[in-house]
Amino acid sequence: MKGNARAFASALFLIGLGLMLVTLFEALPFGGAPMQVGQAIAGRALEDTGATNIVSAVLLAYRGLDTLGEVAILFVAATAAGLVLGGAGRAEAQGTPAGFILRAAAALLFPFLLVLGAYIVIHGHLTPGGGFQGGAILAAAFFVPLLAHPASPVNHGVATVVEAFAGAVFVVIGLAGLVGGGAFLVPLLGAGTPGDLFSAGSLPLLYLAIGLKVGSELAGLMARIAAAGDPARQGGKA
Amino acid sequence: MIWLVLVTMAVMLAAALAVIGLRSYLAAVAAISVVSLALSVLFAILRAPDVALAEAAVGAGLSGVLLALTLRRVGLWTPAADDDGEDRP
Repeated sequence: MKGNARAFASALFLIGLGLMLVTLFEALPFGGAPMQVGQAIAGRALEDTGATNIVSAVLLAYRGLDTLGEVAILFVAATAAGLVLGGAGRAEAQGTPAGFILRAAAALLFPFLLVLGAYIVIHGHLTPGGGFQGGAILAAAFFVPLLAHPASPVNHGVATVVEAFAGAVFVVIGLAGLVGGGAFLVPLLGAGTPGDLFSAGSLPLLYLAIGLKVGSELAGLMARIAAAGDPARQGGKA
Repeated sequence: MIWLVLVTMAVMLAAALAVIGLRSYLAAVAAISVVSLALSVLFAILRAPDVALAEAAVGAGLSGVLLALTLRRVGLWTPAADDDGEDRP
């Protein structure tokens, strides 16, 4: 009887979900933009901010406060995970070494990943990408060698300092906008020549801060999970 | 262009079904990454390169690593068992 009730509830849920989706798709014109604000921003973002990547202009200039919120959420999540997984105290030099392919590939990939991540972060206001994507690639660049050599000690101190410094820089740039431009996170320093590396005012600086913060955060989180997952580092408790 | 989209979607569906069907947990995690990678190709076709980059870096890269590390954490994948081709304890 209980199984029947569950099946009935599931069917009811599926029918409701289907009706909701059908109604939504009926109401939305296919291919047409349902909102006007996107067209307006696409029209004036270049002269407002000087960033040729309009996604970055929206992310950092039009809704910079939301981005600060995203960074804060990521920070809280990483901190909570670090708290649950335990501190950096027990980082004994142990662990099973990886195979030849992983070791060779890690040594080969590290510089390329580093350059790619830095490029995507620094050119975030010009080409697709930005602090979040580049930061994730930077984190991967520092995590791959750790995967290949689990015995190497992890220096969580440097990552923590970089993370805290980058977060502080983001808020300081926002406060400078409050003082110099009249609102929090207003782009400063002028728009510059669109397409130049040093253009779009303070947006590249914000993306640099986000890239460093996301990169150090994710790398530290991965290292913590890897250390917690290695039975050899836990004193036999798998 | 429509064929590229259809092939990408077929790869996504096949990989998603493989996640359910595969017996090895590690192979299932790899299949999840394949879903994300195909999705990022789809985003690139739809002219959303920013989203495609984020999907490839986070969805295909970091979340796959995170799942693999979690498998190791709960003891479903050990590097030693990997050599025997046996993933389940």
